[in-house]
Amino acid sequence: MAEIRIENVAKTFGTFTAVKGVNFTVDHGSFFVILGPSGCGKTTTLRMIAGLELPTSGRILLDGEDVTGLRASARDIAFVFQLFALYPHMNVRENIGFPLKCQNFPRAEIRKSVEEAARLLRIDHLLDRRVGGLSGGDRQRVALGRAIVRRPKAFLMDEPLGALDSEFRRLMCGELRELHDRIDATSIYITHDQLEAMAMADTIAVMNGGRVEQIGTPQEIYDRPQSMFVADFIGAPPMSFLDVRTAPRRGDRVIWVDGARVEMPELFEDRTEGKFALGVRPENVSFADSSGLRGRVIGAEYLGTTQIVTVTTANGQLKARLPSAKSVQLGETVGLSLRPDRLSLFDSSSGRVLPSALHARGPHG
Amino acid sequence: MAEVALLDVSKRFGAVEAVRGLSLSIADGEFVVLLGPTGAGKTTTLRLIAGLERPETGRVMIRGRDVTKEVPAERDVAFVFQQYSLYPHLTVYDNLAFPLRSPARRMDEDFIRRRVQQVAELLHIEQKLANRATALSGGEMQRVAIGRALVREPAVYLMDEPLSSLDAKLRTELRLELKRIQRELGTTILYVTHDQIEAMTMADRIGVMNEGVLIQQGTPREIYEQPASAYVASRLGTPVINLIPAELVGGTATPPQARTAGLRTEHIRIFAGERPGPRARVHWVEHLGDQNHVHLKLDAHSLVTLADPAQDLKAGDEVSLEFAAPLYFDQAGNRIGNGGTPA
Repeated sequence: MAEIRIENVAKTFGTFTAVKGVNFTVDHGSFFVILGPSGCGKTTTLRMIAGLELPTSGRILLDGEDVTGLRASARDIAFVFQLFALYPHMNVRENIGFPLKCQNFPRAEIRKSVEEAARLLRIDHLLDRRVGGLSGGDRQRVALGRAIVRRPKAFLMDEPLGALDSEFRRLMCGELRELHDRIDATSIYITHDQLEAMAMADTIAVMNGGRVEQIGTPQEIYDRPQSMFVADFIGAPPMSFLDVRTAPRRGDRVIWVDGARVEMPELFEDRTEGKFALGVRPENVSFADSSGLRGRVIGAEYLGTTQIVTVTTANGQLKARLPSAKSVQLGETVGLSLRPDRLSLFDSSSGRVLPSALHARGPHG
Repeated sequence: MAEVALLDVSKRFGAVEAVRGLSLSIADGEFVVLLGPTGAGKTTTLRLIAGLERPETGRVMIRGRDVTKEVPAERDVAFVFQQYSLYPHLTVYDNLAFPLRSPARRMDEDFIRRRVQQVAELLHIEQKLANRATALSGGEMQRVAIGRALVREPAVYLMDEPLSSLDAKLRTELRLELKRIQRELGTTILYVTHDQIEAMTMADRIGVMNEGVLIQQGTPREIYEQPASAYVASRLGTPVINLIPAELVGGTATPPQARTAGLRTEHIRIFAGERPGPRARVHWVEHLGDQNHVHLKLDAHSLVTLADPAQDLKAGDEVSLEFAAPLYFDQAGNRIGNGGTPA
């Protein structure tokens, strides 16, 4: 268990700034996910926490102790890489015990720690097997065993499931989270897969261009994105945006989208000019014949229980998640109803959300 | 006429039967997706069509011609691999033009220019033609890789998980584009994936494979609503279909041979109040953003369903369940009865 604090951490490689002044705190026992596209600085941030890179500026604190200048081996942290490498000539027991053997732990103690780690991962029946004959999942568990056997203060994981089948990934997500809870660990996990992040995290930090765009619980980030980037990065399919050309006023509960009246949460800011984007999630869109907001159906993707219907309007494209039983004709014109309490309005030029009754709630409002 | 037909094809590697007695026919302009886990024999099937592997038994037909013994170059196919392999020292334009300049084809440069331009527009990379291939983002590189197959007009495009190395957002975008391009050009595609969303959203027809065998083929809706077996049923749908002992469902509609009932979200109705019928407890609600999963405990069994946004359920809630037209499977896991067929 550990608390990890990152204060104004920046990292420059030559002329390229990979991380631009990042701040966050990972609480004791928390599962913290850094989510972002490739090149957003998430791996560099993690490597600095591990001690594999030195920050250009800023501080890193582990349980209150400044470890910024300490080498990786002097930090009590385990790093799990994207590709699990096992020693093929060793059996499961030797693979898991290897880090302890390297540190010259007494034999009896290694034996005890390895068996304990194996029990936690439910691979204690495999201890004397060679790793060559194991299934993919069991190999993954052995690699995890090697990380947890030292009982480090924190686990850092860099897309450990990236190379797996989607189905198997889902299973391992559940297992990793369960393992984290069972050993009372503090974990930082890096991924570009928003579903992994949503499924596992207590807290998500969304990174973009070397900065943290937003920090919050999965549901908060999903329901109240602070920027168009976050709104667009999270959700499958992501949030849709409609152009809004009239500047909103403080106290407005209605905005006009191409002559159609759309109710939304009360706005808390006056704007005199600019371009705006109304953001709506697919599950908050439904068809309503009477609505003035109209569009043409250009696509329907069947997903079993639900379907994703794409509609073009005069103000942009919109996706609706509807029950599959609803019959939808390509080319037909439909009226659209948007769930009022779940709409966000963004400033199109800065990409930031406008404060409103929806976005003022919660700790990050 | 079928563009590609596999007739009772088998292929083994040592002791492993990678493909067993597989028959599949792909019509002109059809988008067929082979779906299955790692090791199901999907890639081997593609390689057999491409001529990169020879079958032990069976025949491979392309446009009505028996190509079983032909080398890859003689077959009229284009292959897109999982990892984009571009020529790093060439521009995007030259990468796209490369297949047309091969000595076997030799087309005049005017034609090549028109064709490359056309494909680049289709893939929205026309602004990048002069760039070096290495100066592109991952998504652009994969577009170029797909484009390099598209410049040719083969009988069939064979695609082996071409989107799996991309991040989730790009994958979603390219999925839609690939389907659009296929529809616009009327091309014939055999596409291999383990991702059910890709299969459901792109395929005209899905073939579900496991352990070298093609278990079922049909439209996405057919496979989803009328799976041949419990195995197929569990391949499609999120959350995964719930399989519970048939007697727990109750009611009179349960066929006598039924051992297992398959319940998806659309088969389960949850009522907050007390009602006759099965009772369950809400174990937890998993927030996945748009997809909130409700985990229910029904006796010793867990059920996972998609949360209804209008219904506010919390962990610990006692609820009543009603099951509407579930799927039934017999001892061997094969589907029986008419459950799941749309009303």
